[in-house]
Amino acid sequence: MSDELKPLVVAVTGLNAIDSPGPGVAVIRALRDGFPQNIRIIGLSYETLEPGIYLHDVVDKTYQIPYPAAGVEALISRLKYIHEKENIAVIIPNFDAELYNFIKLAPSLRTLGIETYLPTLEQFDARDKINLYNFGKKYDLLVPKDKVIYQVNELHACAEELGYPLVVKGKFYDAIIAYTLEQAQKAFYKLSAKWGFPIIVQQFITGTEINIAVLGDGKGNAVSVVPMRKLYITDKGKAWAGITLEDDTLIELARTFVKSTNWKGGCELEIMRTADGKPFIMEVNPRFPAWIYLTAAAGQNQPAALVKMALGENIEPYSEYEVGKIFIRYSWDHITDVSEFQKISAFGEL
Amino acid sequence: MNLRKNVATSESGFIFNPSTGDSFSANPIAAEILIQLKQGVSPSEIKKTVLNKYEVDSSQLERDWDDFLLQLRDANLLDT
Repeated sequence: MSDELKPLVVAVTGLNAIDSPGPGVAVIRALRDGFPQNIRIIGLSYETLEPGIYLHDVVDKTYQIPYPAAGVEALISRLKYIHEKENIAVIIPNFDAELYNFIKLAPSLRTLGIETYLPTLEQFDARDKINLYNFGKKYDLLVPKDKVIYQVNELHACAEELGYPLVVKGKFYDAIIAYTLEQAQKAFYKLSAKWGFPIIVQQFITGTEINIAVLGDGKGNAVSVVPMRKLYITDKGKAWAGITLEDDTLIELARTFVKSTNWKGGCELEIMRTADGKPFIMEVNPRFPAWIYLTAAAGQNQPAALVKMALGENIEPYSEYEVGKIFIRYSWDHITDVSEFQKISAFGEL
Repeated sequence: MNLRKNVATSESGFIFNPSTGDSFSANPIAAEILIQLKQGVSPSEIKKTVLNKYEVDSSQLERDWDDFLLQLRDANLLDT
């Protein structure tokens, strides 16, 4: 077989297209649009019931990989096995929790012939929610005030400075709005029991929730910026419908973020725009969001651009996208057979 | 008063503000007025047209006009 006929093999994680979906299936959909011919998608899964595993028109073959807690050695060992079989060209990891390992492994993967396109560990750590306030101060970006605390008796001082209501956030996930000291204490105990320490206590900001999907080239240039307003929000705070916006201040904010940090790869800026128009950065997610297919639908296919950049192609920054493009997520009961479930469960491959 | 430049209006009365993602439905007369505003017709000309076309006296029209402007401002559809 000549090289021209060999498919481009891209491995993707985050196949959990559930009520709080991982981005994997949306990333793959964008890749299939961007490379309509001759692409082979390898799914990398953690759980046996991640829907993407069973969607054979989306994922060509899935391999289970070890949980992030198993460490980099277990991961590289598994990836070597998969690479021997599949000859992976690019891996796109899509979970926050796995990124640390993939960033650490990026040089080793490259020696195997597998490319990634990820932020540095410094960039990854700097935007962590524990460091967000200092991150904002350093780069002159508008972020809510916060306090990182380890003891419940520190809440009183937090409230004095930030006022009520305030937001009590877990180290990795979850946020509870507290209107009184009692509520804040309850939230502190609940979140520390679930996620450990520290706890982040953040100034409460109200406004319109906007997310921006961004692709940075690692040299300070934003190759693509697409802002989206959430039109429908689930009880988990996820966008179930959203619309692309035309707003130069949001585009400029994303460009400033990329220029200041030299961000490399995809990311999502979670913005709260206040009634007086101030765009607060509430969180920086270091990977593509689950709604990333909207960028492709609007004319800036960020996953496809990332793959091309990972393979060394020079991509001119996009300047146009369709405003008013809407995504509406939907549920679908996919039917499979126990034999498929058995294969992925017993052999870790499907 | 000027409608924001990027606000999209249609004859059916659908209004879309691409800066905020908000959309609104206008009744037929409001839709007619918005299209004229988009075309740069002055408020006094539009009011003249409305007075000639519909059964309304000028004082009622002025009150309705002011109310309409307030709604447009609240909806963030006017240039500040």
